[in-house]
Amino acid sequence: MSMKLSELQTLVQNALPDAIIEIKDLAGDDNHYSIMIKSEQFRNKSRLEQHQIVYSALQDKMGTILHALQIKTISI
Amino acid sequence: MDQDINTWISNKITSSDVVLFMKGTPEMPQCGFSNQVVQILNYLEVEFSSVNVLEDETVRNGIKEFTNWPTIPQLYVKNEFVGGADIVREMFEENELKQFFADKGIKTN
Repeated sequence: MSMKLSELQTLVQNALPDAIIEIKDLAGDDNHYSIMIKSEQFRNKSRLEQHQIVYSALQDKMGTILHALQIKTISI
Repeated sequence: MDQDINTWISNKITSSDVVLFMKGTPEMPQCGFSNQVVQILNYLEVEFSSVNVLEDETVRNGIKEFTNWPTIPQLYVKNEFVGGADIVREMFEENELKQFFADKGIKTN
């Protein structure tokens, strides 16, 4: 299980074209990332809904290919 | 989805006011994210029950489908999904969590 930072970036960027994205590889193992995403598409949505949008962007890869992702969403 | 596991989860999240699906136990969490939520609940002195998803693959997969949420931990309060570790931590850091519990009629310190 692992995912390149660039793949993670692309998946999220494709789903949220307006997003400003900052990713950190927390453990240097392509498997534990933190991601900060600013997007208009989070506006007027609950945290749960915002995180669901991010998980949807990752399709079925979260928890299967990618082990750990710390998510911070910011509405702009 | 398997009906039995759905029923089991439904019963579980109604059996206590606060239920944490986690990896490991509150005494010995097996994952940093699960540990964070345990620490926050302990800090607020919230009584909670927990389910160790590592003990049962059916529960581990079942809870992900039940909630439509791909990661563990998952916190349920009064039958309602609150979030995973990031959301719980954010609510805690922004001083919303204590109020949330108060609104739900759950005692904190």
